[in-house]
Amino acid sequence: MIALLYGVVLAGVVVFIMGTIARAVGYARQPIHLRWELYPVPHEDPRRIRYGGSRYEEVDAWTRPRKFNLAGEVGFMVPEMLFLKGLRDFNRTLWRRSFPFHFGLYLLIGTIKLLLLTLILEALAPGVAASPVGTALHWLYTATGLAGLVLAIGGAGALLHRRLTDGNLRAYTVPGDVLNLVWFIAALGCLLLGFLLRGPDAPSTTAIAWAIVTVNAAVTVPPLLAVGLVLSAVLVAYIPFTHMAHFVAKYFTYHTVRWDDRAGGRIERKVAEYLTYRPTWGAPHVGADGKRTWGEIATTNPTEGEKKK
Amino acid sequence: MTDRLTPGDMARAGKEPLLHLEPADLKPLPAPLDEQTALPSFKPLSSQAREKFVCELDDTCAVNFPRPKSPEEERELVVKFLAGLDKLFLAENNWAFLQPLVLTMEHCAKCQTCSEACHIYESSGKAELYRPTYRSEIMRRLYFKYVKHGGFLSAWQHGDIECNWPLVARLMELSYRCNLCRRCAQTCPIGADNGLVAHELRKIFSMEMGIAPKELHEKGSMLQLEVGSSTGMSAMVVKDNLEFIDEDTSEKTGIKVETPWDQDGADVLLIHNAGEILAWPENPGAFAVILNAAGITWTLSSELAGYDSINYGVWYDDAQFARVALKHIEAAKKLKVKKIVLGECGHAHKALTVIADRLLSGDMNIPRESAMTLLHDIVMHDRIRLDPSRNDFPVTLHDPCNLVRLMGIVEPQREILRKIAPRFREMWPHGVDNYCCGGGSGFAIMSGNNFADWRAQVSGRKKLEQILNAFKDCLDPETPKYVCAPCSNCKGQLRDLINYYDLWEKHRILYGGLAELIVNAMVDVKPGFIEWEWH
Repeated sequence: MIALLYGVVLAGVVVFIMGTIARAVGYARQPIHLRWELYPVPHEDPRRIRYGGSRYEEVDAWTRPRKFNLAGEVGFMVPEMLFLKGLRDFNRTLWRRSFPFHFGLYLLIGTIKLLLLTLILEALAPGVAASPVGTALHWLYTATGLAGLVLAIGGAGALLHRRLTDGNLRAYTVPGDVLNLVWFIAALGCLLLGFLLRGPDAPSTTAIAWAIVTVNAAVTVPPLLAVGLVLSAVLVAYIPFTHMAHFVAKYFTYHTVRWDDRAGGRIERKVAEYLTYRPTWGAPHVGADGKRTWGEIATTNPTEGEKKK
Repeated sequence: MTDRLTPGDMARAGKEPLLHLEPADLKPLPAPLDEQTALPSFKPLSSQAREKFVCELDDTCAVNFPRPKSPEEERELVVKFLAGLDKLFLAENNWAFLQPLVLTMEHCAKCQTCSEACHIYESSGKAELYRPTYRSEIMRRLYFKYVKHGGFLSAWQHGDIECNWPLVARLMELSYRCNLCRRCAQTCPIGADNGLVAHELRKIFSMEMGIAPKELHEKGSMLQLEVGSSTGMSAMVVKDNLEFIDEDTSEKTGIKVETPWDQDGADVLLIHNAGEILAWPENPGAFAVILNAAGITWTLSSELAGYDSINYGVWYDDAQFARVALKHIEAAKKLKVKKIVLGECGHAHKALTVIADRLLSGDMNIPRESAMTLLHDIVMHDRIRLDPSRNDFPVTLHDPCNLVRLMGIVEPQREILRKIAPRFREMWPHGVDNYCCGGGSGFAIMSGNNFADWRAQVSGRKKLEQILNAFKDCLDPETPKYVCAPCSNCKGQLRDLINYYDLWEKHRILYGGLAELIVNAMVDVKPGFIEWEWH
């Protein structure tokens, strides 16, 4: 039974990783679209980012090499990823609920990484857990774990409350949206209570983590914690197949849509390929019969037949 | 206003519109239009129009699609719509916008952050029908059900919807209740784009079903491809008109003006929105004065579409968009010009400079530049002599969405105004955070039935509020005021707005382009280029 529990946890992680990769690859493989950016574009010249300007403000801009302002992009991305700056700027009420939820999840991800670091250190230098470094790591992951659980549960609860009580949100809420938040609260709530209410004989957090990694059924987990682990594992596996995978989507919506002002080179070659596609749109003026290419359609004047009549 | 609508209401049977707005529902306007009784009333849609056309959405009708004659015809239209929906998500048919569309379909968190950014939603008194996500939510449910073939679980996860004729008919109209200004997209924390959804919906109707407002298609892109301009002007007619404009401008300015045509090897091919030539001839006249005075080698083209920068396809049809863009490039190629400069027309800027960019490779990649940039270069480098005191009246600037939020041309026009208009003041918000004039995405040229009323009362309301606020310290009719709108489409909408609310007669608020203000300040020109007359 315990081995099954650990297997479910590991499977959850594997499905999450595979699902996330599949989603990212799916988006990345889609054709390069026509330019559709929105300003400000943060990799523009630093002087222009302030007000959202572009190189089109320069006379004969094409005669000068384009510069990519990486610092500008990083300067935009870090506050957006860490603090959800966009939501804070445009929807402060929701941000007060969404930020704790997301930041709590970040802390939980950090906790997992700290636990893995502890396990790696212990494997490389047995006994390190008892050293000052190990003690510091113990207090750190305990603190980030507890803070993460409290923030994420509180945030999810506040988001659920708002979704159910604010008419603007409720009108667009479907059962799946409620389930997602309830699931977070239940899974993380079980983990939190399971941790706080564990008995004195319960294995340590690192012992459980090590047991999961090694699928060691000899280490037993308190029941509430076990329920929390299963719920969390299934939730983690479910996320990549829902709109909650927006951590993947956001890379594309920002880098390949909003900010993508590139042309030429590889893009030119890809677009040349797309122009050989044979569309099947049905309206007569398009003239797409499934045999003619986009290139042929774009160079056909649909009024010329009419003129001859 | 009626009760809160749900996405499922779109499929409701019957001819009863989903929304009726009373004047009291609309967002109140600032002084002097803060008294309801002082406002013009919204002309109701005629019973003949309601009988003849599909108009079950709201108080107006944009597409004017004739009612199907039988249930069979309705069913055929639904089948066609679903076929078009399917094609929208196939690379062969829609590689040009597939990725942003799928991202928008699959990742909206329904947080409604975008709603507050939409001027139409806000102006309507927050009518649910005009919420940016209302349209997108319907599209999203259709996507998961009919494109992804989701079953019960999908409906539970994404919401269900029934695709019937009333829903298709209403979606057709609803796709023309968005200005495609993409202000909503700018605020989306995920990066979803409701403006794109409206754009893609329009494509299903046009490219699969052959349905589009006649102002955009039949009298728009088709006419342009047939005779050269959506104004109906052939090359011969447009040359005649420019000759008149040259004469008139010479007389007004005291400078001999001659517009060059078809000059091989010119530095600049200037392409105006041909609407300027008919509606605001002082604008092409002003450009001729400035470019000649600055010593620029420039030309107009008399090639098919080479003298009209408009590209309505950018709003509703990818095939039409590509065809017109290629005509513009062909005209430039034939003349072997060094660059194309787009006159004061926002959508033409975005169409040829940004959206067509990836289509134009090799020798088709002729540099394209904004008139704002060129004018900025001329003014800021003192290539013409200017006396700002000639523009000693309040001026505010309207930012065309296509030029600013969608292209990042923000400062050149401002720097010019700071130099030549001592009483320049900003609207708030402005720049990339601006609000659409309410005429975007073709609305400014659509006035059938009572659509002009809807534009003035709903989609243009926020811009009206901004203009009144910008001039609130000088609304007295003794002070002439100028709304500078460097875009033909926006000017068309501002003309209609100012006229509708009688702001010229009562408050001396005029509108016009940027080039006219520059010429008005030119020392070598006779004073008074801007005539304070309503036109």
